[in-house]
Amino acid sequence: MDNSADTGPLLQLELEGRFLRLTAGGSWTVSHAGAIDAQLRAIDMGHASRAEIDGRSLTLLDSTGAWLLVRTKLALQGAGLEIDSFRVPDVYASLVSVIETEHNVRPTEVERRDTLRAFLERVGLATHSVLIQGVGILGYVGRVTIEGLKTLYAPRGRLRLTAIVHQVEEVGINALPIVGLLMFLIGVVLAYQGADQLKKFDLEILTVNALGIGVLREIGVLFTAIIIAGRSGSAFTAQIGTMKVNEEIDAMRTIGLNIDDVLILPRVIGLVIALPLLTFYADIMAMVGGAVMCYFELGITAPVFIRQLHQAVTMDTFLVGLIKAPVFAYVISMVGCYEGLNVERNAASVGRLTTRSVVESVFLVIVLDAGFSVVFSLLGV
Amino acid sequence: MDETRKDVIIRVRGLVTRIGGALIHDKVDLDVNRGEVLAVVGGSGSGKSLLLRSIVGLMQPASGSVEVFGRDISALDEAKFRDLQRHWGVLFQEGALFSSQTVAENVQVPLREFTSMPQELMNEVAAMKLSMVGLPEDAAAKYPSELSGGMKRRAGLARALALDPEVVFLDEPTAGLDPIAANRFDELIRGLQKSLDLTVFMVTHDLDTLMATADRIAVLSDRKLKVGTIDSLREDPDPWIKEYFSGPRGRAARAS
Repeated sequence: MDNSADTGPLLQLELEGRFLRLTAGGSWTVSHAGAIDAQLRAIDMGHASRAEIDGRSLTLLDSTGAWLLVRTKLALQGAGLEIDSFRVPDVYASLVSVIETEHNVRPTEVERRDTLRAFLERVGLATHSVLIQGVGILGYVGRVTIEGLKTLYAPRGRLRLTAIVHQVEEVGINALPIVGLLMFLIGVVLAYQGADQLKKFDLEILTVNALGIGVLREIGVLFTAIIIAGRSGSAFTAQIGTMKVNEEIDAMRTIGLNIDDVLILPRVIGLVIALPLLTFYADIMAMVGGAVMCYFELGITAPVFIRQLHQAVTMDTFLVGLIKAPVFAYVISMVGCYEGLNVERNAASVGRLTTRSVVESVFLVIVLDAGFSVVFSLLGV
Repeated sequence: MDETRKDVIIRVRGLVTRIGGALIHDKVDLDVNRGEVLAVVGGSGSGKSLLLRSIVGLMQPASGSVEVFGRDISALDEAKFRDLQRHWGVLFQEGALFSSQTVAENVQVPLREFTSMPQELMNEVAAMKLSMVGLPEDAAAKYPSELSGGMKRRAGLARALALDPEVVFLDEPTAGLDPIAANRFDELIRGLQKSLDLTVFMVTHDLDTLMATADRIAVLSDRKLKVGTIDSLREDPDPWIKEYFSGPRGRAARAS
C-alpha cells in the first residue's frame, strides 16, 4: 500500500564489446510488468558473450518482477551467454531463489484447434449425446411405467396417497392463478384477432366458432402444458437434482426406500391427475376472456356467445383437446424426474439440467401435439 | 505512511455483527500485524467466516470500524475500495474458482482486471504462480471441475496471489482435505508467507494447521475475541478455549 516507494521501474542496458550489463532499479512490480516486459523483449544482445544482471538498486520487487528478472537471465543463458553475476538486494534474495526453482514451467498455451475438424467433432459429439439422451429417456420411461403399473396393480404399501395429493396441490391448485390469468389473456387476444379479420366479411359471429374450436382442440391444452412444463417440470428437476446434490437420494436408497415409489410416481401421478383438470379450467378461462372481448369489440352478449358456442363445438372437440392432457403430463413429469436424477454432485449441473428439462419437455409436448393432429385427422375426428 | 500504521495492517474496532437479530460479534477488537500469520478459531457458527467477510467488505457490520492499511473500508468510495482490493487476496473455502474458465484463465482474471500486460506475459505469470502453489504443469489447462479438492484450493490460492497482495485471507484452507494434503497446504502457506513476505489472516478449524502455521491466534468465543499465542491461550480460563486446546485433538496436535 506504500505508494510513495513506487518510483516506477528502471532498466538500463550497456553493451561494451562482448559484455552486456543489465541494470534493474526502482519498482519491478506487477503494475509495471507490461512496460518492463516490452523493453526486455526488445533487448539487443549484439555479439555479447558475457552478461551481468545488476538488481541492487531495486526498491520494490514482487514475484512478477522477480519472474521477469529470472526469465531474462534464462533467456540470456539460452542464447549462449555466460552470466557473470546476478545480484538483487538481500531482502529479495529468497523471493528470487523461490522463483528460480519454479522456472521449469512452460507458459500455458491456449489450445487452438483446426476449425473444420473441430466443427465435425462438435457435430459428432452432439449427435452422439442426443442419441444417448434419447435412449436414456426411453429406457427410463419404460422402466418407470412398468414399475408404476406394478404399483397400481398392487398398491398396498407402495402407493403414497399423501404424496400424490400434495403433488396435485403443488402442480395443480397452486398453478390456478397463473394458468387462469394467462389463458384469460390468450382468449382476449384470439378473440380480438379473429374479430378483426372476420369483421371484413361481416362474419363477426364466427369469431366464437374460431375461438371455441381453436381453444378447446389445441390452444387450451398446449398452452397449459407449456406453462406447466416451465413451472412444474423445472421444479421436479430442481427438487430431485438438489436432493441428488445433497446425497439425499443416496440416503434414501441406503435406508431401503424405493426412489420410484417415493419421489417419481407421486409426481407423475400427481401431474397426470392435475393437468387434465387444469386444462379444463384453462379452456373455461380462455372462453371467458374471449367472451369479454366479443362483448366489447363486437357487442356479442353472453347469451348469444353461449348459443353460438353450442352450435360451433361438439363434445368431441372438447374431448379431443382434453385427451392429450394426461399424455403431456406424463411426458413432462417423466422428463423432469429423469433429468433431476441425472444431476451430478455439483450445483452447476442442477441449473444446466433444469434448463434442459424445460427445453426437452416443451419440445416433446409440441412434437406430440403434431402427432396427435395427424392421428386425429386420419381418424377423421 | 507513519511507523505505527506500518505495523498494524488490519485494525478492527468495536465490530458488532447481527444476523437476523442474533448478535454474532459483540464489540470485537483485533489488530493484525504486518508479516504475521493470524489464525481465527472458534466453534461452528461463532462467526469466524463472518469476521473475514466483514474485513474484506463483503458484509456491512452493524457498527464498529474496520481499517485496512489505515483506511476505514466503510468510508471509501468505489474507486478507492477497488484500489484497496488490489492489495489483498482472498481464498474461499472451496477455492471459488470460476467454473467456466480454465485454471490458468482463473489466475489471469486479476491480472487482466488490474494491469495491462501482454497475453504472453500473463501466461508466464500464471504458470509461475501455479507452480509456486505446487500444481503440476498440466493443471493449467484444466477446468475447475476436473480438479480435486486440494488442487482447487491451490489454484484458488494462486489466483489470490496473482497480484502479489500484501495480505491474504484464507477461509478454512484445509477443511475437507486429507491429512497429507492438509500438511502440504500448511507447509505451502508457511513457505509462501516467508518468501513473499505475506500477512496471512486465516480462519480455521484445524488444530494441526494452527500449530504449524499461526504466529498468533484469535479465539471467537461467546461473541468476543481473545487474541494471544498458543501458550498464552492455553492458560486462559474460558471453558471453550480450555476444551479446545486441552481436548484429545488439541493434545495430539500439540504433541506432534
